[in-house]
Amino acid sequence: MNKFVIKNMNLYYGNFHALKGINMNINENEITALIGPSGCGKSTLLKSLNRMNDLVEKCKIQGDILLDGEDIYAENFDVNLLRKRVGMVFQKPNPFPMSIYDNIAYGPRTHGIKNRSKLDEIVERSLKAAAIWDEVKDDLKKNALRISGGQQQRLCIARALAVEPEVLLMDEPTSALDPISTAKIEDLIQELKKNYTIVIVTHNMQQATRVSDKTAFLLNGELIEFDQTVDLFSIPKDKRTEDYITGRFG
Amino acid sequence: MIRNRFDRELDLLNDELIEMGNLIESAIKAAITALKEQNVDLARRIVDNDKEIDDMERAIEQRCLRLLLQQQPVAGDLRLISAALKMITDMERIGDQAADISEISIRLANETYLKELVHIPQMAEGAIKMVKNSIDSFVRRDIELVKEVILYDDTVDQLFDIIKNELVDLVREDRDSKEQVIDLLMIAKYLERIGDHAQNIAEWVYFAIKGEHYTW
Repeated sequence: MNKFVIKNMNLYYGNFHALKGINMNINENEITALIGPSGCGKSTLLKSLNRMNDLVEKCKIQGDILLDGEDIYAENFDVNLLRKRVGMVFQKPNPFPMSIYDNIAYGPRTHGIKNRSKLDEIVERSLKAAAIWDEVKDDLKKNALRISGGQQQRLCIARALAVEPEVLLMDEPTSALDPISTAKIEDLIQELKKNYTIVIVTHNMQQATRVSDKTAFLLNGELIEFDQTVDLFSIPKDKRTEDYITGRFG
Repeated sequence: MIRNRFDRELDLLNDELIEMGNLIESAIKAAITALKEQNVDLARRIVDNDKEIDDMERAIEQRCLRLLLQQQPVAGDLRLISAALKMITDMERIGDQAADISEISIRLANETYLKELVHIPQMAEGAIKMVKNSIDSFVRRDIELVKEVILYDDTVDQLFDIIKNELVDLVREDRDSKEQVIDLLMIAKYLERIGDHAQNIAEWVYFAIKGEHYTW
């Protein structure tokens, strides 16, 4: 089933045409990887899925992005609700300078949950879902900045999960992590797919082949090829895709 | 071109496959010459030289595994290296069969052939042609040549049937000829298998180029 339907979407930063006529469907409970060289528009496309580009000055979007059939750029669409439904994890772990517990409870509290036992439950569930509970359960009061980078990133995933999103957007979530932490996050992403729709931007093509169901290759703001990951990496249909993924680009 | 080193390695892989192809082609040719001329020295050399073909298989296999490890190839590169890994198994078997034919030749060297060898050399020619073309199709990435190899296997199979029937007639005529007949039948069978291996090679070339398996 389609979670997102993107129809003839164009995005401009001032005069710069950053995304050109994008058409793609993102399936529910699947992992979709966005790949392409720097500046190809993959992060821009990712951010447009929860309207993070609204914060960018002179950003103009044409076309439709439908979430469960509803246009997220429609005037009456609640952006706060959108960002609750579509969570985001960034390249560098960015925990808030507060305890592990408060990091996770932050989102639910802003959405009005004050009950302590309810919050306890959310914190435990989220940390478990992000595969970090066993490592921090005895240290929930510890400042989140004092755990390792890999743990911080899983904490950020837990924080995103705490508000019960439907979609997780990940912008190069492991590029700042060591191989073991990377492997843990990749395993976690596979686990999360059962309950969430995941869109991941990655520069690491081996990662795209390992974790994703479908892969989209972007170049100069255009969606060149979008296919099952196994097919795209074994029998790419477009010469430009082949040149890029085999490292012969340019 | 960014991946110069990788491309150089792929060129070397290509060269090694051509070299192994030349080795097996020469082995079959020599095996049939040794059989026709009842040349024991030549036949022994073929049996001894089979080790060279085996070593070549190991060397190419090592290169492919190293490329998979170090370069993590995708797309056409991945198919090429996977196909090479499969092709060398068939090529090595062809080398074994040339040696097997030569072992029989050594045994038959002091016997008088029941009749002049006509169809076996013909069949060998067909099998050699298939082997040569299968390797050439890889070198030139030539789909038409691939198809030609695959279709030509029927011709080699037909020659095998002709030889088999001839040999059956010979046994009927002369009951003492049984042992030589069986030896000659085995030689024909080895040649028929060589054709099958060449067809397999061609099918892997097809896969490397097209990204899908050949279907009839």
